[in-house]
Amino acid sequence: MTLSLMLFYLLAALLVLSSLMVVLLRQVVHCAVALVAALFLIAILFLTLQAPMVGVLQILVYAGAIMVLFLFVIMFLNPALLEPRRGLWRGFGVLLALALGGALIALQRQDGAAPEPVAAGASFGSPESLGQSLFTDFVLPFEIASVLLLVAIVGAVVLAKREQR
Amino acid sequence: MIVDIGIVALKAFLVLFMVLNLAGVLGWIERKGSALIQDRIGANRASILGFAGLGLINTMVADPIKFLTKEDFIPPRGDKFLHTLAPCLALFPALVAFAVIPFGDVLQIGDRTINLQVANLNIGILYVFAMGSLGVYGIVIGAWASNNKFSLLGGVRGSAQMISYEVAMGLSVIGILMVYGTLELQEIARGQGALVGELLPESWRFMKAAVGWLPAWGIFLQPLAFLLFFTAAVAETKRVPFDLPEGESEIVAGYHVEYSGGKFLMFFAGEFAEIVTAAGLMTTLFFGGWQIPYLLRDGFHFPWGGAWLLPHLAVVLLQVGAFTLKVAFFCWLQILLRWSVPRFRYDQVMRLGWKMLLPLALLNVVVTALAIIAMQ
Repeated sequence: MTLSLMLFYLLAALLVLSSLMVVLLRQVVHCAVALVAALFLIAILFLTLQAPMVGVLQILVYAGAIMVLFLFVIMFLNPALLEPRRGLWRGFGVLLALALGGALIALQRQDGAAPEPVAAGASFGSPESLGQSLFTDFVLPFEIASVLLLVAIVGAVVLAKREQR
Repeated sequence: MIVDIGIVALKAFLVLFMVLNLAGVLGWIERKGSALIQDRIGANRASILGFAGLGLINTMVADPIKFLTKEDFIPPRGDKFLHTLAPCLALFPALVAFAVIPFGDVLQIGDRTINLQVANLNIGILYVFAMGSLGVYGIVIGAWASNNKFSLLGGVRGSAQMISYEVAMGLSVIGILMVYGTLELQEIARGQGALVGELLPESWRFMKAAVGWLPAWGIFLQPLAFLLFFTAAVAETKRVPFDLPEGESEIVAGYHVEYSGGKFLMFFAGEFAEIVTAAGLMTTLFFGGWQIPYLLRDGFHFPWGGAWLLPHLAVVLLQVGAFTLKVAFFCWLQILLRWSVPRFRYDQVMRLGWKMLLPLALLNVVVTALAIIAMQ
């Protein structure tokens, strides 16, 4: 087994463990912290796949910004005090996970041997190539996404203002 | 292979060692500096076997011993696991963020070229910001796990402040990235080895004569960006005048009110390590990194003619020395601020971040873009 494969299995095992902790832990804040750990591990996986840009963006956006807001909300509302009604959702989640796992296994069976991995070029995933493709091939989806974010920001400001009166 | 790994490990150790030690020294400088400004003698009680002569070394030995032998108290109704995890989360990002900051150019030993930087990532500065954004967790989780209302208030203030100023900080360096055309910190440092005259177009003869001899450092090309970055960096390290998360006159000690002993030492060291990293970034982005004006790889070349050639090793040592001196200067500047400015009110902090720094940073981006177009 090569060094990189060992690293992958180590990361994957930790990732599965932390993802399970997100679902199974009782205290909601612990779940959120486990989710942060999972996102951080995914970022390291991206690093091992020669995609540092995606990895760092993963940390910057998900672990560094979105999850902080999640923690914020959890700490203030303290949902541990609310009556947990997880029975139905847990059954639904198990079914969904089984279906997804089955689909993945079926997909792997059907394909037979996986095609040889293609080595990434030197500029693959670099900020330059990412910027190039964002502003040429994908400029329309990019702009639409920014308009969507702007609408969300304006909406949040309007809602916050109305609350004050 | 083995040698390569050894070199990387050595560089990582060296940088970690320097950051941690500088953080320790800063703890002493802060006390001595505050004593100086308040016209008293400070930090002179640590003596080893009656020998108090070397204040710095004695204090650096006495401080950790004091912290590590104190009782480590965990609030009985707090969260024990998260209470222990939080100081680690506060210290870790501050220590690893320095990895992409170059402390010298290249060192040639035989036919081996060593890049004097721990990790040469093509996303450089983004990595620093990513690690900086993780710094919030130490505060938020520590504050919540303490099960104390003062802690929670401090944690809320701290996280809101850090997220707000991250935006301004990120936007303030966009101008620098546009000017030097890269995210790689080593490339940004190399780009600052040029002279301003080499960047200006041929037709701007008057400008070339007036400022052409200046090195193309960030401070000369992006002065506004430096002011914005410096302000945001001080806010990110949560120091006076932005120390509302601690605000001892209102919320006791804020997010670390329930911390003592070694865990408090970790918060404390994390704050000073953040200062060192911020100083390293200021040096690299705005003050030429390891560059000394007119010093090229083979010696000094002055724009008014004349050259002074130096051996390779001397050049490398001069550059590493220059980087260290600049970082030390910016650490000192941040320490000095503490006793020079009073603390802001919370709404003032938010107004400064969102209504002044952010628009100014956006303006800086637009003006920089127009200037770059005009020069082409």
